[in-house]
Amino acid sequence: MSEAAAWLVLFLPLASFLIISLVIRPFFNRYSQWAGYLTILAIGGALVLSLMALKATTGHEGPIGWDPHSWITVGSFNLRLGIYMNSLTAIMLVVVSGVSLMVQVYSQGYMKGDPGYARYFAFMSLFTASMLGLVLASNVVMLYAFWELVGLCSYLLIGFWYHRPAAAAAAKKAFIVTRLGDFGFLLAILYLFFHQGAIAGQGLNSLEIPDIYRAVQTGLLGTAVLTWLGLGIFAGAVGKSAQFPLHVWLPDAMEGPTPVSALIHAATMVAAGVFLVARFFPIFEAAPATLRLVAVIGGATAVFAATMGMVMNDIKRVVAYSTISQLGYMMLGLGVAGLAVAREGHVTAEVARAAVAIGIFHLFNHAFFKALLFLGSGSVNHATGTVDMRLMGGLRKVMPWTYITFVIAGLSLAGVWPLAGFWSKDEILAVALKEQPVLFALALLTVFMTAFYIFRVVFLTFCGEYRGGAPGEHGHDAHAHGKPHESPPVMVVPMVILSVLAVISGFWNVNGAFSVFMGEGQTKGFFEGFFGILAHPLPWIAMIVAGLGIFLAYLMYGSKRISAERMGERFKPIYTLFYRKYYFDELYENLFVRRSLVNGLFAGFQKFDTNVVDGAVNGLANVTVATGKGVRRWQTGQLQLYGLFMGIGIVVIVLVLLFAG
Amino acid sequence: MSFSYLSTIVFLPVIGAIIIAFVPGLRDRAIKSIAVIFTAVPLALAIFLFVAFDRSLVAAGTFQFEEKVAWIPGINAFYHLGVDGISLPMVVLTALLGFLAVPISWKIHERPREYFAWLLLLETSILGVFTSLDLLLFFLFWEVEIIPMYFLISIWGTGRREYSAIKYVVYTLFGSALMLAGILSLYFTTGSLSITDIAVTGLGEYTAVIPVAAIFFLLLAGFAVKLPVFPVHTWLPDAHTDAPTAVSVMLAGTLIKMGGYGMIRLNVTLFPDVAQQYAPILVILAVISVLYGAAVTLRQTDLKRLIAYSSISHMGYVLLGIFALTPISLTGATLQMFSHGVVTGLLFAMAGLVMHNAHERNLAKLGGLARQMPVIAVVFSVAALGSLGLPSTSGFAAEFLVFVGSYASTLVAGIQVYTILAVLGVVLAAGYILWMLQRVFYGPVLDQFNGSPDADGLEKAYIFTLVAVIMLVGIYPAILTDVIKIGVSPIAGLLVTPG
Repeated sequence: MSEAAAWLVLFLPLASFLIISLVIRPFFNRYSQWAGYLTILAIGGALVLSLMALKATTGHEGPIGWDPHSWITVGSFNLRLGIYMNSLTAIMLVVVSGVSLMVQVYSQGYMKGDPGYARYFAFMSLFTASMLGLVLASNVVMLYAFWELVGLCSYLLIGFWYHRPAAAAAAKKAFIVTRLGDFGFLLAILYLFFHQGAIAGQGLNSLEIPDIYRAVQTGLLGTAVLTWLGLGIFAGAVGKSAQFPLHVWLPDAMEGPTPVSALIHAATMVAAGVFLVARFFPIFEAAPATLRLVAVIGGATAVFAATMGMVMNDIKRVVAYSTISQLGYMMLGLGVAGLAVAREGHVTAEVARAAVAIGIFHLFNHAFFKALLFLGSGSVNHATGTVDMRLMGGLRKVMPWTYITFVIAGLSLAGVWPLAGFWSKDEILAVALKEQPVLFALALLTVFMTAFYIFRVVFLTFCGEYRGGAPGEHGHDAHAHGKPHESPPVMVVPMVILSVLAVISGFWNVNGAFSVFMGEGQTKGFFEGFFGILAHPLPWIAMIVAGLGIFLAYLMYGSKRISAERMGERFKPIYTLFYRKYYFDELYENLFVRRSLVNGLFAGFQKFDTNVVDGAVNGLANVTVATGKGVRRWQTGQLQLYGLFMGIGIVVIVLVLLFAG
Repeated sequence: MSFSYLSTIVFLPVIGAIIIAFVPGLRDRAIKSIAVIFTAVPLALAIFLFVAFDRSLVAAGTFQFEEKVAWIPGINAFYHLGVDGISLPMVVLTALLGFLAVPISWKIHERPREYFAWLLLLETSILGVFTSLDLLLFFLFWEVEIIPMYFLISIWGTGRREYSAIKYVVYTLFGSALMLAGILSLYFTTGSLSITDIAVTGLGEYTAVIPVAAIFFLLLAGFAVKLPVFPVHTWLPDAHTDAPTAVSVMLAGTLIKMGGYGMIRLNVTLFPDVAQQYAPILVILAVISVLYGAAVTLRQTDLKRLIAYSSISHMGYVLLGIFALTPISLTGATLQMFSHGVVTGLLFAMAGLVMHNAHERNLAKLGGLARQMPVIAVVFSVAALGSLGLPSTSGFAAEFLVFVGSYASTLVAGIQVYTILAVLGVVLAAGYILWMLQRVFYGPVLDQFNGSPDADGLEKAYIFTLVAVIMLVGIYPAILTDVIKIGVSPIAGLLVTPG
């Protein structure tokens, strides 16, 4: 693979964005369907090139080295743009361009007839380009730039239906909350550059990723430095991946069109935080305190988000909380795997990469089944005109394709053998059990809740009797016209393709091939791995726990043997706590907006500015004017008076000269 | 003798002003055409100089396109113009905004003769400040600017325009009186008015008439008012808010840059030791300006006033970059001045369009305009994103350089903490910028704005021009930093690391 081909991965969707926004939208908006075709074409091209990259990195020792290009030099600040192509890059490229392609095809149907059709595909192209750029970047500043751009696209697409106040508020919230995390990431970059002097002697550039690796491995940066760096980077990851305590933006982000949620808020952008930790894993590996933090935040978020997912009535919000939870799972995987490696002592780049493989493998599988869950929700929403599951039900009969694919994705998410989710989840559970029993308990609890909430969705939405939908209730997202119906083939086909992937994507590591691809490990026979895993107790425990979750969901929402309402009544305080999202929105709202900051301190500043700072100026002016008026009275035209003043003045000057001179 | 490029650039606008003011019988359209010509040529020449500028390291420490003629021999005053890497971007910025101010003023029909004459005189005075290498000449241009500004705000302004105009004049005169005292002390100390000569010899070998630090602060007072720096900033929101659109653009875009430019050119270059000694205090003031400015911005309900207050915050980054005293931070500060000029210039132009087309400036009453004004919405958003420092806009490149340069500074004690605090301003910026966009463009479409026009052809032309500049500098900042660093490098040589 040539360097030009690698750049093309980024430039194809970028070109699509430019053509749509500069040519199609302003001049040919009547032919806006071309915006969709162009986007599909460009992202399809990017997918082909990504697969080529995957092939090129398979069996390739280390990264494919291309020299970066000088971009801006000021003093010791030397920014060079380039591509860092290794197995992690390639796998992310495939995930991003693959899911994006499916989503764009699906959007042809979902967004049909929307007045913002061309704008939608322009933003989607820009998002895909930025996300690919983020993955490709060889330089931390370049990575940060694309990191911010995906945030921008997320903002633009959450607020796509800008006339809806909820969408506008959600977009703003998403941007500001993630920027809080980016503040940490930016500080980490400043801190990296601060240490430029320490590593410049070795010919290293502290902003370039391969050089950072080398500096870490040769011990040029101390543990304390690396700990701070790790914390800053992780802050960025927490914001982007909606981890506790910056998780509050993601559920609200569901105000955007559902395909956007599938691509940005499930499969790719929110996974960028996990990618970021993986990308800078050598830093984390060298500072185990940060790894512990990653594992704990991840594990806690996994449980925390799952509890909220169990009680939501909005289908998209359930899936959104599921995403937060699963991202926590990936963080947990990275953290505990890293700790396990660190415990073994000598950390080499290869070992670190093997640890990365555990977290990234779940990211890889999750991308497909979670995107599918969102596309399924979108399909349901398309048919019923609502996202409230209390108004759905019985859709199994009218929407068989949506139903089947959704159940497959749900089983994969729940971790049922031999679907994709099973394989990556099992690895995380296994390493958590080995490393930290409390975190393992949290992870297992999450498995139970995950199975419960996703089958709660299945039973509420697809089983029982149709409860009428809500025509036109949900603004533009609604396409309801009478009876619910199956979505058109252009939406169903991507769902079917994703459902196949939701089954088989996990097979990649059945024989250990994924780990080998990522850097270390050995392969075994496929069938040995496929069935051999069932000889261990852990997968059985996990599956029994998941099965219990599904069974409980069945009892409550399928057969209704247990009344959900009664359960809600009995556990009312807990239910309310979950349902009100632990009051985090209220807390932040009060903390940052209503009371303390904006309406408190900042309002005080505003008053201070008007009354004190400006008041002093105006006061000074008034005093001057008043003095002037007073002094004017002394100018009486009487020479005697002037003479008196002159005399006083001379006396003063003489006195001053006498004492000072 | 070669062609006097700089004199031509500086004086063409005022020649246009004289023609407009004194040739009888000119109609509205003729006045505007003259204004276009006499601002377009300086812009073309400024771009030519930018291209022709010698970017090689040999050129560091020298001024290019110099012109030097004896002016008042008795006091050693020269008519001395020249540009280096720091002033050239400012000249390009001023020529660009000075030119665009004419189409921005296209819908001014009240007393156009006086309006455009004052506008062109304003451009000349700002260009003069950025090119003068003689202290007296510098001061003269500095003072001339007050007159057109007073009339432009008090006659064509809105709201409490008389109050704002007077406030502006008094504030500026107060600052420049101290500055004049500083310049005189400098003259009586060195016997020279040449900025370049004093920079070369330094002040070390003279016996100063008053303590050197006092001269430093006298000069700084004038610049601090102009930049502005907390707590001498309160003229800015009033003047920016009540000025007519094009004047707000000039004021925010170029005029306040004279403050930052003066600090680099005089305070840091002539007094490197004093600058270093007092840098911690000034850096603290910078952080206060950034955070306090952003906090107060978050409380604004008037569209123009919000943008005006955001300028105080953004100019805090300039002050931080200057007194972090590293080549990178100084380059960043200069780039931030340019970037803020185009970004905030565009923001004020867009605010003017919204106010003119929707007849509303209260953020509580605006809303949903994205439907009625799609082009304005897009361009306003680009400018706003530039203001919150989004990568791919000039705002990011500039702020990032200020941050890395300042954080890595070894000359100022405690600067890391101050830089971290200043970076927090970026989070607050996201808050007020996105809140403003939400209030103006998002939300349900309001009936009272039906029929409000979107940008017309001429307006599209100038707003797209500014968008192009913002993106160009954002995507390839080296186009400016390669020039700026040539100007900054000699300053870096003056500063020594302690210990």
